[in-house]
Amino acid sequence: MADHRIDISGLSAFYGAFRAVEDVNLTIEPGSITAFIGPSGCGKSTVLRSLNRMHETIPGARTEGKVLLGGQDIYDRSVDPVAVRRAIGMVFQRANPFPTMSIYDNVASGLRLNGVTKRGVLDEVVETSLRSANLWNEVSGRLGSPGAGLSGGQQQRLCIARAIAVKPQVLLMDEPCSALDPISTLAIEDLMIQLKTSYTIVIVTHNMQQAARVSDNTAFFTVEGVGTPGRLVETGPTRRIFESPSVKRTEEYIAGRFG
Amino acid sequence: MSESTGLGAVGLLSRRRVVDQALTVTLSVVMAGTLALLLWVLGYVGVEGLKYLGPEFLTQTPPGNAADAGGGFLNGIIGSTIMVGIATVIAVPIGVGTAIYVQEYAGPGAGTARFLTDVLVGIPSIVTGAFVYAIWVVHFGFSGIAGGLALGLVMTPLIVRTSEEMLRLVSRDLREASLAMGIGRARTIVSVVLPTASSGLITGVMLAVARAMGETAPLLLTALGNDLFIETNPTKRMSSLSLQIFGNAITGYRTAQARAWAGALTLIALVLIFTLIARLVGRRSAIAGR
Amino acid sequence: MAATTLSADVPPSLTRPRGGRRADRAFRALTALAAALVIVSLVAMALFLVDEALPSMRHYNPVSFLTSTRWAPSEAVAGSSSVNPYGIVQFIYGTLLTSFMAMVLAVPVAIGVALYITEMAPAIIRRPLSYLVDLLAAIPSVVYGFWGVFALIPALKPVGAFLADTLGHVPLLGAAFSGPFFGYSYFAAGVVLAIMILPIITAICREVFAVAPSDEKDAALALGATRWEMLRMAVLPRSRSGIVGASILGMGRAIGETIAVTMVIGNSVLAITTSILGQGSTMASVIVNEFTEANQPFHLDSLFVVALWLLALSLVVNVAGKAVVSRTSRDIA
Repeated sequence: MADHRIDISGLSAFYGAFRAVEDVNLTIEPGSITAFIGPSGCGKSTVLRSLNRMHETIPGARTEGKVLLGGQDIYDRSVDPVAVRRAIGMVFQRANPFPTMSIYDNVASGLRLNGVTKRGVLDEVVETSLRSANLWNEVSGRLGSPGAGLSGGQQQRLCIARAIAVKPQVLLMDEPCSALDPISTLAIEDLMIQLKTSYTIVIVTHNMQQAARVSDNTAFFTVEGVGTPGRLVETGPTRRIFESPSVKRTEEYIAGRFG
Repeated sequence: MSESTGLGAVGLLSRRRVVDQALTVTLSVVMAGTLALLLWVLGYVGVEGLKYLGPEFLTQTPPGNAADAGGGFLNGIIGSTIMVGIATVIAVPIGVGTAIYVQEYAGPGAGTARFLTDVLVGIPSIVTGAFVYAIWVVHFGFSGIAGGLALGLVMTPLIVRTSEEMLRLVSRDLREASLAMGIGRARTIVSVVLPTASSGLITGVMLAVARAMGETAPLLLTALGNDLFIETNPTKRMSSLSLQIFGNAITGYRTAQARAWAGALTLIALVLIFTLIARLVGRRSAIAGR
Repeated sequence: MAATTLSADVPPSLTRPRGGRRADRAFRALTALAAALVIVSLVAMALFLVDEALPSMRHYNPVSFLTSTRWAPSEAVAGSSSVNPYGIVQFIYGTLLTSFMAMVLAVPVAIGVALYITEMAPAIIRRPLSYLVDLLAAIPSVVYGFWGVFALIPALKPVGAFLADTLGHVPLLGAAFSGPFFGYSYFAAGVVLAIMILPIITAICREVFAVAPSDEKDAALALGATRWEMLRMAVLPRSRSGIVGASILGMGRAIGETIAVTMVIGNSVLAITTSILGQGSTMASVIVNEFTEANQPFHLDSLFVVALWLLALSLVVNVAGKAVVSRTSRDIA
């Protein structure tokens, strides 16, 4: 497996003049699941969105610092943000299949828009992606029907299939289950554990149990108050963070959520 | 305050009721009157128009002498189609392009463009006609192209406005989904945003077309009209349905007025058809479904 | 595992392709060009109108157009510049009078219709009613003019005669209503314009009323307010500047209307007619009437002077109306 390690050093993210996150330093191991947890407004989603340069698509937003993917800084001047996003896929909080496209076209969209048109190649990728997303058995008979017609959990798995169809190295997931029922949530969690053998996964979640169930490593972010930047408080193996956090804030947060 | 406690309150209560009922009656009458007005206009044009509207009207050009009976507005219908077609070809790319620049890129000058679009919508079409006369007719003469240009200038700001609104309705999630797959901004707009907004965009274009079909004043200054024969060369002066209605209506000959009424009914029918299609397309919008 | 085959074994290059993302930049440039064209067209419009009007404004004193109410192209002489025969005050008067009349007639009706649709009509017929009122806006100007001549003017004749017989004899006020009334008039133009701007004002009023918060309406009703009292307490106070803005925008539309007005106003150009029952012209109607037959010295150039002032007037009115409406919606939001 190629080196998908992500090294974040001195990362700050801004919305206009407001510094939303300050000085994040973190290493994300390849082939693992890393969970970002913390209270609302702590900047965990912003950090996640900085890892594939999606943050800067919001008008006025920018970052400082370095994010190395396999040793190469994705914020280097010579780097193309579009290529970064191809290498690092993303799944969003709300399932967002393209409403004008069928299930098949949704999964094929990334390849098609990048210039792949051969039917045989597309067919194969659509099938393997849907299989990888544990959705193939449910939709193989109706690939031509609209993606928006699926249930919420199926739509989210469709979005995962769409994200992995372009063969990224890393998969970023921004609260992918927050809009789903418990059964769909479990299906997605199973899927994440299967996928981590092939992809480095980073997930933002509000759900402590979910972080404990699926992640190998956990990074805890917090924020002191409105108008101050979020910070990374501590990071380590999930078990250790949950059982014996070294920082008081982490313990309080986790205890509060469990209590 | 409580009305049921004493008899003294009854007078107050009944006065309030009378005021309220008076309001109900007044608003109902105003609403009914407005609908009656619509019916009056449409009914009058319908009755007068049907007296002459028929195959001859739709397949013939007007008689050489306006006082003669018979003939039709075929050349005007063809002229309207050509000039509205030219206007659409000009206005759609510029209108949608401007909306994309303002809404998707929000680049420098976007605010100015948005403001000036609102200003342009309010500019009298006769002034637009005078402008096209100054930039085109002065050099190349009256022509279908000049007419199309004037109608295009009328349509463009309308299209910018509706397109911008439709693009705004496309959820940011979809743009992010596409960008996050490593698809460039332009591809995202063309392949994801525009198809999602397409029915709304079409609605906007149809409404602008309906508006352009009915325009008369700017064409008098640019296309001038041509009542003699069918002209399909857009570099020559050209008639339109609206110009022929105007020209025949003001002659004072009953025969010409009969043609004008048939023309008015045809024009209203065309405009209403475009408006109706626009509404129907707008209803089954991908945005509305979300 | 199937997924393994999907994962890229060799990381693709992240490096910017040579020459950057050319297609992306080209597309953005194209849209920027479209936006630039929109901006340029308005500027060009003003400049070209000035350019066309210039010969006449050089020949005569530019101010003299605004000090005379007499438009007599046949008196224009190419060489002499003694008296400006192209006075345009009567056109400005005609434009303002007819569009003001249209506003006064249309606004109460529009408020009533909008209130009926948003507050009284059963929910299922609200949308059809809105569509029907919007249809009034879809009918072309030339059709309104034609209908105005044959259907509306005969219907207005008794009204005009009545006004001339009664108000026409009142001292002072009589000047505005004095007869005789022949049908073609400022009055007829004002009524046609009122019908044409009614749907525009209604549409904005509908939006303004629709944003009145429903919990305030409920609160008023829960206090025992009748429907009228609820409207007076919870809806109308918040809507006042929205209605004002809608009225101004409606008037802005009326200012530029051309063909329908031309067909019913009588097209007299020689002086201001004080009575609304008299005949006259508007800025738009004189342009369309004389443009293609302007064969006197400085005649066409002077029509461009009219066009220039019409552009200025419509800009001022529309920007003012827009400003008022957008201030309301900000207050509400």
